[in-house]
Amino acid sequence: MATSILHRATGIALSIGGLLLLTWWLLSLAGAASGYADFGKIAGSPLGLLVLIGLSWSFFQHTLSGIRHLIMDVGAGFELGRNKAMAIATWIGAVILTVALWAYILGVRA
Amino acid sequence: MTGPKDMGRHDRTSVPDGKSPLGQVRGLGSARHGGDHWIRERVSSIALLLLGIWFIVSLLLLPDWSQPTIREWLASPLGFVPMALFVYLSFDHSVDGLKVVIDDYQGDEGGRMMWHLVSLFLHVGVGALALFALAKIAFGATS
Repeated sequence: MATSILHRATGIALSIGGLLLLTWWLLSLAGAASGYADFGKIAGSPLGLLVLIGLSWSFFQHTLSGIRHLIMDVGAGFELGRNKAMAIATWIGAVILTVALWAYILGVRA
Repeated sequence: MTGPKDMGRHDRTSVPDGKSPLGQVRGLGSARHGGDHWIRERVSSIALLLLGIWFIVSLLLLPDWSQPTIREWLASPLGFVPMALFVYLSFDHSVDGLKVVIDDYQGDEGGRMMWHLVSLFLHVGVGALALFALAKIAFGATS
Protein backbone atom coordinates (compact mmCIF):
# COMPACT_ATOMS: atom_id res chain seq x y z
CA MET A 1 0.00 0.00 0.00
CA ALA A 2 2.60 2.53 1.10
CA THR A 3 4.97 1.26 -1.58
CA SER A 4 2.30 1.75 -4.22
CA ILE A 5 1.78 5.37 -3.19
CA LEU A 6 5.55 5.89 -3.10
CA HIS A 7 5.76 4.50 -6.63
CA ARG A 8 3.29 7.10 -7.81
CA ALA A 9 4.80 9.99 -5.83
CA THR A 10 8.35 9.25 -6.99
CA GLY A 11 7.05 8.78 -10.55
CA ILE A 12 5.48 12.24 -10.50
CA ALA A 13 8.66 13.72 -9.01
CA LEU A 14 10.75 12.14 -11.78
CA SER A 15 8.25 13.21 -14.44
CA ILE A 16 8.38 16.86 -13.48
CA GLY A 17 11.64 17.46 -11.60
CA GLY A 18 13.69 14.73 -13.25
CA LEU A 19 12.78 15.48 -16.85
CA LEU A 20 13.12 19.25 -16.47
CA LEU A 21 16.53 18.80 -14.82
CA LEU A 22 17.64 16.36 -17.55
CA THR A 23 16.58 18.84 -20.22
CA TRP A 24 18.26 21.77 -18.49
CA TRP A 25 21.46 19.73 -18.07
CA LEU A 26 21.54 18.83 -21.78
CA LEU A 27 20.77 22.42 -22.85
CA SER A 28 23.52 23.80 -20.63
CA LEU A 29 25.96 21.19 -21.99
CA ALA A 30 25.04 22.18 -25.55
CA GLY A 31 25.41 25.89 -24.84
CA ALA A 32 28.13 28.24 -23.70
CA ALA A 33 30.60 27.39 -20.94
CA SER A 34 29.10 30.06 -18.67
CA GLY A 35 25.69 28.35 -18.80
CA TYR A 36 27.17 25.01 -17.83
CA ALA A 37 29.08 26.69 -15.02
CA ASP A 38 25.79 28.16 -13.78
CA PHE A 39 24.22 24.71 -13.86
CA GLY A 40 27.13 23.28 -11.88
CA LYS A 41 26.95 26.10 -9.34
CA ILE A 42 23.21 25.67 -8.76
CA ALA A 43 23.35 21.87 -8.78
CA GLY A 44 26.24 21.94 -6.31
CA SER A 45 24.55 24.34 -3.89
CA PRO A 46 23.01 22.87 -0.70
CA LEU A 47 19.49 23.16 -2.15
CA GLY A 48 20.63 21.79 -5.49
CA LEU A 49 22.28 18.80 -3.83
CA LEU A 50 19.13 18.17 -1.80
CA VAL A 51 17.08 18.10 -5.02
CA LEU A 52 19.62 15.83 -6.75
CA ILE A 53 19.75 13.45 -3.78
CA GLY A 54 15.95 13.43 -3.64
CA LEU A 55 15.66 12.72 -7.36
CA SER A 56 18.26 9.95 -7.25
CA TRP A 57 16.41 8.36 -4.33
CA SER A 58 13.15 8.75 -6.32
CA PHE A 59 14.80 7.02 -9.27
CA PHE A 60 16.01 4.08 -7.15
CA GLN A 61 12.72 3.75 -5.26
CA HIS A 62 10.64 3.98 -8.45
CA THR A 63 12.91 1.52 -10.28
CA LEU A 64 12.93 -1.05 -7.46
CA SER A 65 9.17 -0.85 -6.85
CA GLY A 66 8.79 -0.95 -10.64
CA ILE A 67 10.66 -4.28 -10.67
CA ARG A 68 8.31 -5.42 -7.88
CA HIS A 69 5.34 -4.46 -10.04
CA LEU A 70 6.78 -6.38 -13.00
CA ILE A 71 7.16 -9.44 -10.77
CA MET A 72 3.55 -9.10 -9.62
CA ASP A 73 2.43 -8.57 -13.23
CA VAL A 74 3.50 -12.11 -14.05
CA GLY A 75 1.44 -13.31 -11.10
CA ALA A 76 4.24 -13.99 -8.62
CA GLY A 77 4.81 -12.69 -5.12
CA PHE A 78 1.22 -12.25 -3.99
CA GLU A 79 1.64 -14.28 -0.80
CA LEU A 80 1.20 -11.87 2.10
CA GLY A 81 4.58 -12.50 3.67
CA ARG A 82 6.56 -12.42 0.46
CA ASN A 83 4.67 -9.38 -0.83
CA LYS A 84 5.48 -7.41 2.29
CA ALA A 85 9.11 -8.57 2.24
CA MET A 86 9.47 -7.37 -1.37
CA ALA A 87 7.91 -4.00 -0.49
CA ILE A 88 10.29 -3.48 2.44
CA ALA A 89 13.21 -4.63 0.27
CA THR A 90 12.48 -1.79 -2.18
CA TRP A 91 12.68 0.81 0.63
CA ILE A 92 15.90 -0.58 2.06
CA GLY A 93 17.43 -1.07 -1.38
CA ALA A 94 16.59 2.47 -2.50
CA VAL A 95 18.11 4.02 0.63
CA ILE A 96 21.25 1.87 0.39
CA LEU A 97 21.75 2.74 -3.30
CA THR A 98 21.17 6.46 -2.65
CA VAL A 99 23.62 6.53 0.27
CA ALA A 100 26.21 4.53 -1.67
CA LEU A 101 25.90 6.80 -4.73
CA TRP A 102 26.29 10.02 -2.77
CA ALA A 103 28.99 8.66 -0.46
CA TYR A 104 30.96 7.94 -3.63
CA ILE A 105 30.17 11.28 -5.30
CA LEU A 106 30.74 13.51 -2.25
CA GLY A 107 33.36 11.36 -0.53
CA VAL A 108 35.51 9.85 -3.27
CA ARG A 109 34.74 12.05 -6.25
CA ALA A 110 34.61 15.54 -4.76
CA MET B 1 -32.02 0.89 -10.93
CA THR B 2 -32.79 4.21 -12.57
CA GLY B 3 -33.75 6.18 -9.50
CA PRO B 4 -32.41 9.71 -8.99
CA LYS B 5 -29.49 8.36 -6.97
CA ASP B 6 -28.16 6.50 -10.01
CA MET B 7 -28.00 9.60 -12.18
CA GLY B 8 -24.21 9.56 -12.03
CA ARG B 9 -21.75 10.26 -14.79
CA HIS B 10 -22.71 7.07 -16.61
CA ASP B 11 -26.17 8.40 -17.23
CA ARG B 12 -25.05 11.23 -19.46
CA THR B 13 -23.83 8.80 -22.10
CA SER B 14 -26.68 6.32 -21.89
CA VAL B 15 -29.07 6.08 -24.84
CA PRO B 16 -32.77 6.04 -24.05
CA ASP B 17 -33.32 2.41 -24.97
CA GLY B 18 -33.92 1.28 -21.43
CA LYS B 19 -30.58 -0.49 -21.17
CA SER B 20 -28.23 0.05 -18.26
CA PRO B 21 -24.64 1.13 -19.04
CA LEU B 22 -23.55 -2.47 -18.45
CA GLY B 23 -26.33 -3.75 -20.71
CA GLN B 24 -25.17 -1.49 -23.52
CA VAL B 25 -21.67 -2.91 -23.62
CA ARG B 26 -22.45 -6.54 -22.84
CA GLY B 27 -21.74 -8.86 -25.72
CA LEU B 28 -19.77 -6.30 -27.71
CA GLY B 29 -16.53 -8.11 -27.03
CA SER B 30 -13.11 -6.62 -26.53
CA ALA B 31 -11.89 -3.66 -28.60
CA ARG B 32 -8.65 -5.66 -28.97
CA HIS B 33 -6.40 -2.77 -28.11
CA GLY B 34 -7.30 -2.22 -24.47
CA GLY B 35 -4.00 -3.63 -23.31
CA ASP B 36 -1.81 -1.48 -25.56
CA HIS B 37 -1.13 1.29 -23.06
CA TRP B 38 -0.49 -1.19 -20.27
CA ILE B 39 2.00 -3.17 -22.34
CA ARG B 40 3.75 -0.08 -23.73
CA GLU B 41 4.25 1.27 -20.22
CA ARG B 42 5.92 -2.00 -19.19
CA VAL B 43 8.12 -2.29 -22.27
CA SER B 44 9.45 1.24 -21.72
CA SER B 45 9.94 0.46 -18.02
CA ILE B 46 12.20 -2.52 -18.80
CA ALA B 47 14.15 -0.47 -21.36
CA LEU B 48 14.51 2.38 -18.85
CA LEU B 49 15.72 -0.03 -16.17
CA LEU B 50 18.64 -0.97 -18.44
CA LEU B 51 19.22 2.57 -19.74
CA GLY B 52 18.98 4.05 -16.23
CA ILE B 53 21.71 1.71 -14.99
CA TRP B 54 23.76 2.58 -18.09
CA PHE B 55 23.31 6.32 -17.43
CA ILE B 56 24.42 6.23 -13.80
CA VAL B 57 27.32 3.82 -14.38
CA SER B 58 28.52 5.84 -17.38
CA LEU B 59 28.48 9.09 -15.41
CA LEU B 60 30.42 7.46 -12.59
CA LEU B 61 32.99 6.03 -15.02
CA LEU B 62 33.75 9.42 -16.60
CA PRO B 63 37.10 10.81 -15.40
CA ASP B 64 35.49 14.16 -14.61
CA TRP B 65 32.23 16.05 -15.18
CA SER B 66 33.61 19.03 -17.04
CA GLN B 67 31.70 20.28 -20.08
CA PRO B 68 34.28 19.06 -22.66
CA THR B 69 34.46 15.57 -21.12
CA ILE B 70 30.68 15.07 -21.04
CA ARG B 71 30.26 16.51 -24.55
CA GLU B 72 32.92 14.19 -25.92
CA TRP B 73 31.15 11.24 -24.28
CA LEU B 74 27.72 12.26 -25.63
CA ALA B 75 29.12 12.88 -29.11
CA SER B 76 30.49 9.32 -29.33
CA PRO B 77 28.17 6.64 -30.75
CA LEU B 78 28.02 4.68 -27.49
CA GLY B 79 27.19 7.86 -25.61
CA PHE B 80 24.76 9.45 -28.03
CA VAL B 81 22.61 6.46 -29.00
CA PRO B 82 21.76 5.16 -25.49
CA MET B 83 21.32 8.75 -24.28
CA ALA B 84 18.89 9.56 -27.11
CA LEU B 85 16.92 6.40 -26.28
CA PHE B 86 17.05 7.24 -22.56
CA VAL B 87 15.67 10.75 -23.20
CA TYR B 88 12.99 9.56 -25.63
CA LEU B 89 11.79 6.66 -23.48
CA SER B 90 11.86 8.75 -20.28
CA PHE B 91 9.42 11.22 -21.79
CA ASP B 92 7.37 8.38 -23.34
CA HIS B 93 7.14 6.54 -20.01
CA SER B 94 6.31 9.80 -18.23
CA VAL B 95 3.35 10.43 -20.57
CA ASP B 96 2.09 6.90 -19.94
CA GLY B 97 2.49 7.17 -16.18
CA LEU B 98 0.89 10.60 -15.82
CA LYS B 99 -2.01 9.43 -18.00
CA VAL B 100 -2.86 6.87 -15.30
CA VAL B 101 -2.57 9.53 -12.60
CA ILE B 102 -4.86 11.91 -14.52
CA ASP B 103 -7.40 9.12 -15.10
CA ASP B 104 -7.44 8.35 -11.39
CA TYR B 105 -8.06 11.87 -10.12
CA GLN B 106 -9.99 13.54 -12.92
CA GLY B 107 -13.49 12.08 -13.02
CA ASP B 108 -14.89 14.39 -15.68
CA GLU B 109 -14.37 13.04 -19.20
CA GLY B 110 -13.78 16.44 -20.78
CA GLY B 111 -11.32 17.34 -18.06
CA ARG B 112 -9.47 14.08 -18.58
CA MET B 113 -9.10 14.75 -22.28
CA MET B 114 -7.90 18.29 -21.65
CA TRP B 115 -5.26 17.22 -19.09
CA HIS B 116 -4.10 14.36 -21.35
CA LEU B 117 -3.54 16.92 -24.12
CA VAL B 118 -1.79 19.39 -21.81
CA SER B 119 0.48 16.61 -20.55
CA LEU B 120 1.18 15.29 -24.05
CA PHE B 121 2.00 18.73 -25.49
CA LEU B 122 4.31 19.60 -22.58
CA HIS B 123 6.12 16.26 -22.89
CA VAL B 124 6.53 16.55 -26.66
CA GLY B 125 7.69 20.16 -26.38
CA VAL B 126 10.21 19.72 -23.57
CA GLY B 127 11.30 16.31 -24.89
CA ALA B 128 12.00 17.78 -28.33
CA LEU B 129 14.06 20.50 -26.64
CA ALA B 130 16.11 17.86 -24.80
CA LEU B 131 16.71 15.89 -28.01
CA PHE B 132 17.66 19.09 -29.83
CA ALA B 133 20.26 19.84 -27.15
CA LEU B 134 21.64 16.31 -27.44
CA ALA B 135 21.78 16.55 -31.25
CA LYS B 136 23.57 19.88 -30.97
CA ILE B 137 26.15 18.33 -28.68
CA ALA B 138 26.68 15.42 -31.07
CA PHE B 139 26.55 17.17 -34.44
CA GLY B 140 26.74 20.88 -33.81
CA ALA B 141 29.65 23.24 -33.81
CA THR B 142 31.20 23.95 -30.43
CA SER B 143 29.98 27.22 -29.05
